[in-house]
Amino acid sequence: MEPTSLAFRERATRALADPVLSTALARLETGWQAARARAAADLPEFEALRDAAVAIRDHALAHLDFYLEAFERRFTERGGVVHWARDAAEARAIVLELCRAARARTVTKSKSMVAEEIGLNAFLEAHGLRVIETDLGEYIVQLAGEVPSHLVGPAVHMTRERIAELFAKAHGGPPKQDSAALVAEARRVLRQRYLEADVGITGANFLIAETGSIVTVTNEGNAELTQGLPKLHIAITGIEKVVPTVEDAFVLLRLLARSATGQEFSAYTTFLTGPKRPDERDGPEAMHLVLLDNGRTRMLGGPMRAMLRCIRCGACMNHCPVYLAAGGHAYGWVYPGPMGSVLTPHFVGIEKSWPLPNASTFCGRCEEVCPVRIPLPGLMRLWREEAHRRGLAPPAARFGLALWAFFARRPPLYRFATRIAVALLGAFGRRRGRFARLPFARGWTESRDFPAPEGSTFTAQWRARRGTGR
Amino acid sequence: MSEARRAIFAAIRERLARVDEAAADAAVRERLARPRAVLVPARARLEGEARIALFCAKAQAVGTEIVRIPDLAALRDAVSTSLRRHNLPSALVRAADPLLDAAALETEPLLEVRCDVPRETDAVGLTVALAGIAETGTVLLASAPERPTLLAFLPETSLVVLPTVRIAGSYEEAWATLRGLAGWPPRSVNLITGPSRTGDIPPAIELGAHGPKRLIVFLLDRPS
Repeated sequence: MEPTSLAFRERATRALADPVLSTALARLETGWQAARARAAADLPEFEALRDAAVAIRDHALAHLDFYLEAFERRFTERGGVVHWARDAAEARAIVLELCRAARARTVTKSKSMVAEEIGLNAFLEAHGLRVIETDLGEYIVQLAGEVPSHLVGPAVHMTRERIAELFAKAHGGPPKQDSAALVAEARRVLRQRYLEADVGITGANFLIAETGSIVTVTNEGNAELTQGLPKLHIAITGIEKVVPTVEDAFVLLRLLARSATGQEFSAYTTFLTGPKRPDERDGPEAMHLVLLDNGRTRMLGGPMRAMLRCIRCGACMNHCPVYLAAGGHAYGWVYPGPMGSVLTPHFVGIEKSWPLPNASTFCGRCEEVCPVRIPLPGLMRLWREEAHRRGLAPPAARFGLALWAFFARRPPLYRFATRIAVALLGAFGRRRGRFARLPFARGWTESRDFPAPEGSTFTAQWRARRGTGR
Repeated sequence: MSEARRAIFAAIRERLARVDEAAADAAVRERLARPRAVLVPARARLEGEARIALFCAKAQAVGTEIVRIPDLAALRDAVSTSLRRHNLPSALVRAADPLLDAAALETEPLLEVRCDVPRETDAVGLTVALAGIAETGTVLLASAPERPTLLAFLPETSLVVLPTVRIAGSYEEAWATLRGLAGWPPRSVNLITGPSRTGDIPPAIELGAHGPKRLIVFLLDRPS
């Protein structure tokens, strides 16, 4: 997928003026945000589990090669086949080759962000395969010809009316009015697709080195039908997903659903260990796993390693004021929200995505709720610095920053200038106490007033108070 | 060994730049050889009836129906009653699990029972759980020749028999008791917490997105 992150500003502006989107995004605040808070409060060990999760992920990443080797050994012993892909093109080619070898025509898919990352659907379709998404949100987005706008709820930006129209167009019949009827319709249609499918493709939330298992987590049960009905199961995920033992996975699983949707546990957590065994009467005859690097190894050295702890719960976006106003599509690539602002520059290059790490109020809520305590604002700041070093920011921003730096490096001058500015603004704004318009600050005053300063500057007050010992 | 694999491992080692490889190797071996619980919430540390009560409360909170029965002889009636209550056909496909064999469901004249892998047309599937987890009201199913996985996924109504003695407090506890079984883990281990659900079509959560719309757990006090 070609990134359009450079257009963040325009897309976000359009999103802000879209009342349908605002209503849809507001549901995240009252829904998942509130539910996460309740779930965290209900489990006294929640914070301790977060610490334990950080330690598990850090340990696994620091020994990534060892754990991948152990995982591969066990997975292979159980009859699975591991394929290694350095980049998106290699991963796509492996999946296509496997589908061709199985003479596949129809592929069902259970939601995988890694598949989105490598643009798998479009590639398989271009090579004559019929690809059907089975996660309901992902299916809706596929019908609309869009991409997911959220890690957990791909179609959170859509209204029921829009979904009803899409279903009516795709399945025939008049648009249905209530969500139960729509879910029943999707169940009926997709059930046929599961049964027709030659290949089932899933992601994997975790890989377990101890047992050689892959773990899938869903609420709909679509991963189990996707991998359990066709003859061939292909799983695809990133190399960073490995954890040492089943016990380690349980720590992360206790946090995953609580952080994502506020559920204590998702409806279906499945550990898959190899294909159908002798005498078994169901299950896929072959199981393949594509492990993707795509730049993940580059993140291992240095501060970006923390980003590889991510378990894709989506809590950072559910709590981000920028995401909640702009929506996921504004981010212009696969991963939206704060985690996307850190990942996208890494995957597509900062020159194609520099607005993303800047699209933050740096309020820090993403870091506060991240189950694996990724310092998201800090990592975004690193990308900002990189963007600045490469001269990617627009001239006005660079000029403004240079101007500010000139004063900031000269404290007496800074104090003098701010004193004048505060006095002037204070004098002009005394009557109303705020400004509805200010030169050079239209972006601010367009949607809110700028408060007029009262009294003296911060540094002046600081000095005065310290002097009196307060 | 593929070129890509070599390149990825070389890149990992280069980036990690570990100084003491032997120590790292030892740490990994130790961790894999002796898996142990990292942090189990206090909530899961209950015994006896209190543990069963927590299992029931948590399961019911996510929409699982609980039917408690004293012994296997009671299963036949309990299943029939549940199917009637939901206006479901008196026909089911079941696992060939010895526990269900012993329940002699086939002797119920009005109940049509098939021992098979479920087909698309089967409305009700019946299987046996290897464990329950009180912490979140979860049942643990494991694939085997006699227990097809699809029994709990394809039919719209999923019936699961869980002996109360198999209820553990935590996931770790449940897994620890199963770890010693021959061939463990089996191909597919399913931790199921409530019926299938989706929130993808606003405004409400709807049940039965792809998996079962209904999950009924028969808690069995005396399996034999």
